[in-house]
Amino acid sequence: MTLIDLASWVLLAAGGLFCIAGGIGLLRMPDVYTRMHAASVTDTLGAGLVLLGLILQAGWTLVMAKLVIIGLLIFFTSPAATHALARAALGRGLKPLLDKEHAPSKR
Amino acid sequence: MFSAAALALLVTLVLALIRAVLGPTVFDRVLAANMTGTLAVLLLAVIGFLTARPEFLDLAIVYGLLNIVGTIAVLKFFRYGSLGE
Repeated sequence: MTLIDLASWVLLAAGGLFCIAGGIGLLRMPDVYTRMHAASVTDTLGAGLVLLGLILQAGWTLVMAKLVIIGLLIFFTSPAATHALARAALGRGLKPLLDKEHAPSKR
Repeated sequence: MFSAAALALLVTLVLALIRAVLGPTVFDRVLAANMTGTLAVLLLAVIGFLTARPEFLDLAIVYGLLNIVGTIAVLKFFRYGSLGE
């Protein structure tokens, strides 16, 4: 087992753990905006670490180029989708769940 | 080790599906569907390495492109009531 293998396995395991953490957050957070926050963990850190681990396994080949393309795709489209989701939810009149003392005062 | 990563991704997929079934509003379901798409892309890449067939990466690219288009289309429909003309 070489050092590259060890590094890629550590990255894959860490990516899997971050994915599970994002999934648990998606299940347990109280409202849609906080759930968005939890899901972004899976979209950025989980996907990034898993793809980086696969890139280390691939070496300098066409497979690595495809993995980089997938990584860039997720990196650019997932924040755009989350932003559109938040705007659509706000436009539909869904209020964020606020703490009592931070609630906007009615004037 | 690839199978361990695939197992972690499958567990996350189950959690996202539970949220998609439970989700009180439609936006929770869209969020869970978007996350399911991301996880499917990752799972396809890992399965491609697991079975030593790099063709799966092309499927992953196509699935990622379809995922963003589908999410934006569904959100536009639920925001404006139509897909526009």
